[in-house]
Amino acid sequence: MNLVGNLFGSSIGRKILMAVTGLILIGFVIGHLVGNLQVFSHPDKLNGYAHFLRSLGPALWIARIGLLVAVVIHIWAATVLTLESKRARGGEPYGVKTWIQATLSSRYMRWTGVVVLAFLLYHLAHFTLGVVQSDTFKETEALRHYKMTADYHVLGFTVVRAGSEVLDVHRMVLLGFQPLVVAIFYIIAVGLLSLHLLHGMDSLFQTLGWRNARWARSLRTFVMLACAAYFIGSAAIPGAVLTGLLKPVPVTPSVAAHP
Amino acid sequence: MVAVNTQQPFSVTLRVWRQAGPAQPGKFVEYAAKDLSPNMSFLEMLDVVNDELTVKGEEPIAFAHDCREGICGTCSCTINGKPHGPGKGIATCQTYMRSFKDGDTIFVEPFRARAFPVVKDLITDRTAFDTITQAGGFITARAGSAPDANALPIPKGDADLAMDAAQCIGCGACVAACKNASAMLFVSAKVGHLGLLPQGQAERDRRVLAMVNTMDTLGFGSCTNQYECSAACPKLISHDFIARMNRDYLKATFRDAFKPAPAGGGGGA
Ligand code: HEM
Ligand code: FES
Repeated sequence: MNLVGNLFGSSIGRKILMAVTGLILIGFVIGHLVGNLQVFSHPDKLNGYAHFLRSLGPALWIARIGLLVAVVIHIWAATVLTLESKRARGGEPYGVKTWIQATLSSRYMRWTGVVVLAFLLYHLAHFTLGVVQSDTFKETEALRHYKMTADYHVLGFTVVRAGSEVLDVHRMVLLGFQPLVVAIFYIIAVGLLSLHLLHGMDSLFQTLGWRNARWARSLRTFVMLACAAYFIGSAAIPGAVLTGLLKPVPVTPSVAAHP
Repeated sequence: MVAVNTQQPFSVTLRVWRQAGPAQPGKFVEYAAKDLSPNMSFLEMLDVVNDELTVKGEEPIAFAHDCREGICGTCSCTINGKPHGPGKGIATCQTYMRSFKDGDTIFVEPFRARAFPVVKDLITDRTAFDTITQAGGFITARAGSAPDANALPIPKGDADLAMDAAQCIGCGACVAACKNASAMLFVSAKVGHLGLLPQGQAERDRRVLAMVNTMDTLGFGSCTNQYECSAACPKLISHDFIARMNRDYLKATFRDAFKPAPAGGGGGA
């Protein structure tokens, strides 16, 4: 018996890894959403924010690697536990089996998880790597010369100065959601992620031993509100492009006017 | 008030899992159960069907039972897809035919899990639970004769909670109900029961580590926190014990990893 062996080798250990990595990912998706909601204000905001993140250099890479490790451990644990549990159920299935009280979201964790993974891969290929929809990627000539009209601050520090030339992430996002299928796919995917979290956020408290009947109802209410808020916030971005509420502004003079 | 006549006889159709032995293939076989009293228990109904089968020279349906009063955990059966049938907090032996309607079709199957192989028809071998208990579901210290009632103070809340856990009759319904065939509710009841009492403290870490390890080795699945187990439990043992066990397991793992080793030798006379 040892620490690493127990965490990676036992059923409870793997559940704990899944809960802890899930918690890290929840922290990320919430932070990510809050940052992205800046798309609703002046393009300076999202572009300055994106420039600031990219300027973090090694810190950005540490965070990226940490998230990648969390995703890999989460999916590894989910897969191993699922396979073991399927084997544990045995060869002969029940002729009749009813659910007694398991919530809907809890019954489809494996499916919602797989769709979230597919979405995650598309999302990275779309906005981080520019492998898909590359004509509207932030690093194309047309999008790489956004001039900040004001300073961008983080915690009161000026991190990007007015006048600096940064990538036009704001424009990339608005153009990226122009194709109807893409916008709809994003909305469905964040819906399924919210459904995944509807069980996951509740379940992780049980796995870590922080849940009991005395406050299970309050926890449930909190989780439902959090997931609803997360869904509304996430769906709002492609939704706003879809409904024309957010439109890509005509190309800025600084780029277009001087051929 | 005039009592309603609950003696109206009625009939149901059974679809029972028949399997001659562990290695033989099984199948559902249909039986008509006629002229039943609503006040018969489910097992008494099976007795009636078996009497008929015996008279006809057929092999009676094998099912496990002992106390028939809901305290031994021997009876099993998954009835219409729910371990121990439709009732809440009730074992098969305490399920009465008034829970069913005239003309109902009732599926009767064994508890299914790889760790509970079918012995015959509805009887499964649940030795795996004994093996888990042998791994740590006990207190090693010699208890001696009963101490004075108040010699060992135990807070009332803890004593009550320990009693809740101790109600487990080890029937296996939790495993049978779980889509993962996880034994977490059973194991957590044992771990919780002893872990709440002062007598259980000395071996608390060792117990949870050993019992969980044995549970994993025997091929039970893992918990996905859907709480089908506690809903199917004839003693309604709470899944709060699972959360408690997860916490205990994590603590024991860390304590075990960082515990300094005693300086060599040791030992008494
Ligand atoms: C942004 C991505 C994701 C987040 C934030 C997330 C979050 C969570 C959380 C918090 C849990 C609860 C852990 C527990 O039961 O204690 C969980 C469980 C789970 N996740 Fe994820 N997850 C993500 C992606 C995925 C992916 C890509 C997969 C699939 C391959 C997946 C499959 C699962 C499964 C199978 C469970 C176990 C569900 C259960 O307890 O029934 N997740 N997830
Ligand atoms: S026969 Fe003893 S509990 Fe049902």
